[in-house]
Amino acid sequence: MVPLSWYLIFSAALFSIGLFGVLSRRNLIAILLGIELMLNSVNVNLAAFWRYGDVTNITGQVFAVIVFAVAAAEVSVGLALVISVYRKRNTVIADEIDMLKF
Amino acid sequence: MTVDQIIFLVIAAGTLIAAFRVVTTGNLIHAAFWLIAALFGVAAIFAILHASFLAVVQVVVYIGAISMLFIFAVMLTRKDMRDQGPQLNRNWGFGAFLAALAFAGLVFLVHGWSGVAKTASAFPSDFDAVGALGNALVSPDAYVLPFEVASVLLVAALIGAVYVAYNRK
Amino acid sequence: MSTETIIWLIPLPPALAFFLIVLFTNRNKALSHTIAIGAALLSWLGSMIVFARALGVERLGERPFTSSINWLATGDTWFKIGVLVDPLTALTLFFVAWTVLMIFIYSVGYHNFGQPEGDHDHKGLPPHGATVEEHGSKHVVPSVEPMYSRFFAFIGLFAFGMFTLVVSDNLLTLFVGWEIMGLCSYLLIGFWYGKKSARDAAVKAFMTTRIGDVFMLLGIAYLYSVTGALSFREIFTETTLHTLQIIPSGVLGFSTAGLIGLLLFIGTVGKSAQFPLHVWLPDAMEGPTPVSAMIHAATMVSAGVYTVIRMFPLLSLDTQTMSVIAFIGAFTALFAATIALAQNDIKRVLAYSTISQLGFMIAALGIGAYIAAVFHLITHAFFKALLFLGSGSVIHGMEHGVFHTGKHEVDPQDMFNMGGLKNKMPITFWTFLIGGFALSGFPIVTAGFWSKDEILADAFAHNLPVFLTLAVAAFLTAFYTMRQITLTFLGEPRTEEARHAHETPWTMTIPLIILSVFAIGFGWIGIPEHFPLLGGLVPNWLHEFVGGTLAEHPEAVEFSWTPLLTSLVVALGGLGLGYLFYRNVNSPAEDKLQLGFLKNKYYVDEIYNAVFVKPAIWFADKVVYQIMDKGFIDGILHLFGPGTQGIGDGIRNYFDLPFINRFLGDGSANVTYFSGEKLRVIQTGRIQQYLMLALILFLAIGAILYFFVFSV
Repeated sequence: MVPLSWYLIFSAALFSIGLFGVLSRRNLIAILLGIELMLNSVNVNLAAFWRYGDVTNITGQVFAVIVFAVAAAEVSVGLALVISVYRKRNTVIADEIDMLKF
Repeated sequence: MTVDQIIFLVIAAGTLIAAFRVVTTGNLIHAAFWLIAALFGVAAIFAILHASFLAVVQVVVYIGAISMLFIFAVMLTRKDMRDQGPQLNRNWGFGAFLAALAFAGLVFLVHGWSGVAKTASAFPSDFDAVGALGNALVSPDAYVLPFEVASVLLVAALIGAVYVAYNRK
Repeated sequence: MSTETIIWLIPLPPALAFFLIVLFTNRNKALSHTIAIGAALLSWLGSMIVFARALGVERLGERPFTSSINWLATGDTWFKIGVLVDPLTALTLFFVAWTVLMIFIYSVGYHNFGQPEGDHDHKGLPPHGATVEEHGSKHVVPSVEPMYSRFFAFIGLFAFGMFTLVVSDNLLTLFVGWEIMGLCSYLLIGFWYGKKSARDAAVKAFMTTRIGDVFMLLGIAYLYSVTGALSFREIFTETTLHTLQIIPSGVLGFSTAGLIGLLLFIGTVGKSAQFPLHVWLPDAMEGPTPVSAMIHAATMVSAGVYTVIRMFPLLSLDTQTMSVIAFIGAFTALFAATIALAQNDIKRVLAYSTISQLGFMIAALGIGAYIAAVFHLITHAFFKALLFLGSGSVIHGMEHGVFHTGKHEVDPQDMFNMGGLKNKMPITFWTFLIGGFALSGFPIVTAGFWSKDEILADAFAHNLPVFLTLAVAAFLTAFYTMRQITLTFLGEPRTEEARHAHETPWTMTIPLIILSVFAIGFGWIGIPEHFPLLGGLVPNWLHEFVGGTLAEHPEAVEFSWTPLLTSLVVALGGLGLGYLFYRNVNSPAEDKLQLGFLKNKYYVDEIYNAVFVKPAIWFADKVVYQIMDKGFIDGILHLFGPGTQGIGDGIRNYFDLPFINRFLGDGSANVTYFSGEKLRVIQTGRIQQYLMLALILFLAIGAILYFFVFSV
């Protein structure tokens, strides 16, 4: 059997990779891709804890489903914002969208 | 090392490689495709965990809908993709350091947790996980309210997305 | 309505009118005089109803209309105020209501209601006339008084004071009404406050009457402390009066009753302008003529006499006080009459004649001729109001002439500028003649004859020196009255202005006519029983009625030919001589009686000026101002001023500026500015950098919590 720690370390790795993408990519869409990876790592965690805990308690899966819904909402709004910013500013580079500064 | 473990390791390795390519590749279309690969890997992990509903939804919703949305977005902003040149910003090294630090911290926490070594009990053969999930989501005793709130959130997000992206010219 | 309720309500309408006019209708002249006259009419109506009902009561003096309410808690008991209508009050109400109403109506015409606004009239000055264009030619007509509404408000308040005084059943509310009238008299004499003479006269009147009022208040306080009551009906009980009579006051041998009476009488001396406090009344002629009539004939000066008549049961207890009263009255009567001989101002003659006639009443009271005093008070109120209003009418007519010629330096009040007004102003002439004859005591027909004859008869019976003094005064009265009539109305016009004088409007003449009816007819109610031929034809109603006020009905004096002949002689002789003397006099130079000491009123004003006013000013200037105020008070102030300033300077320079301003104020601002300057660089506007910072902080906090908090 696969130990629980493997799943956890796998999800931690996936999360860190996503985090790196969020922190380092210049392109707004790429940042959103990173966020997707992070959300997925969370779902892996939820599923793993469900499987290794009391299986009849379905709460972990319910949370995962709700994370799906939230992810879908986040992506739709995020991409809409990206498109709107692109229309107005003609750029999708995060560093160039920096009017809100000193 | 059992077959289960080998399968898990292979899938996990593939997923992580795909994820790494998502955040590093220069071409955004490629990145989106790598994301699809990574999501498949996660779907497989769900399958290993006997979370069959999640696996199916992962494929249908993420790969079928969200990834397509990304590809559309990429194409809509195609003119300014800047596929050439640096894809990472000036602080990428620091970002990588922070990501590594976060990973190290998580591993440290997992390492120090007593429950980490426990193994999964055998999956009860008569247990219908999908049925239980469905009941939990619509049962007044369980999660019908969060479920409805999530629905409202989705509707609001869709309307908001349309409003934000609408071209008023 | 019960009679008592009506009595309570009589004073109210004028007070209400005062407040309504002052608060709401000041800008609307027509509404203001409608309210004021309406109020006077209501009070008149109330008074007439009360008078009529009083006539219907048998022996009213023993069973007067009374009503009282609790007013002030004085320990366990209440100080009550209330109303009282006995025969004296009823008669006073009668003549007060009539004269007040007539004067209110007369004021409408006197203040030129309905005329245009003046060309350059100012508030506080008499109107100067307005230019109007008529039939293509310009001419000047009288202009409306600028403070028309104000005048009606004041006389409304004045009427309130008078009615309050009359219906009061106690000395305190009587005194309240008395003081309200004092205030109104001040306001009305100074009505044209733009004139210095009017201002001075107002102050003089107020100050002079104040002297009397202080003594009166002392008398009231003394009375209250001795008897514990101020209500007339409580004081005039046999036991109280007896107590007052036997307790000596310890001052100059007066009994308590005598001293109280004397103090109250000094109040009257001020109010009714008796010697030596008579000086304010002639100066008070600066006010508008209706005011002169109101204050100096019908109401205020009568109030003084009314009060001593009211207090007669108390006064008569002490013969010493009575002698003082008789002496002052008789002396004033003669004294003022002599001054009146030499006055040329038509109103001043009347003012001195008022003082003189009031002296008659006081003298009558002093010799115990209670009914005669009341009688003369009433008849005098009617004919003197008539004379004043008549003189106002004359002045008004003369002003018309002045406007016509445009020579504003001509004094429309100087009798030597008049003459021959008989034909120009017939109604005024005839009514003035009636009033003048009444004043002189023209035999049989006029009211003044009967009342004055009664005083003389009483004086002859009780006190011969007073009789002689009054007889001479009566002769002089007739003489100067005829002088006035001759100079004003008879002969030829002496100036262009007199030639163009004009009869006054109906609002002024109607009151004259009504008052002249009373000036003739009112005497017939008091014809002595034993008078030759006429006696007994008409019952001596007045004697019965007024006499009922007193506990002991006064005996009518025996008829005697001496006083009757005297009064016939002095009246007719005075009138005849006056006419003969002044028939051909055309200028002050031809007037042999323009003697210096008469002209200058025996220098009383100058003496007062030297004895009281100058020292007071000297004291105020040298002692109070120079030494106390400048030296002492200012010195202290000068000490405090720099001291406080020094402390203030110290606090400012050594605490406020360095510590509060620089350290706390500027310091905190500088720190904030500096840190803001340094911290602003992290606001790059780049979302990923913010996220990194947040992450660093999150990791740091997580690490700290894990290692230092949860691990313990």
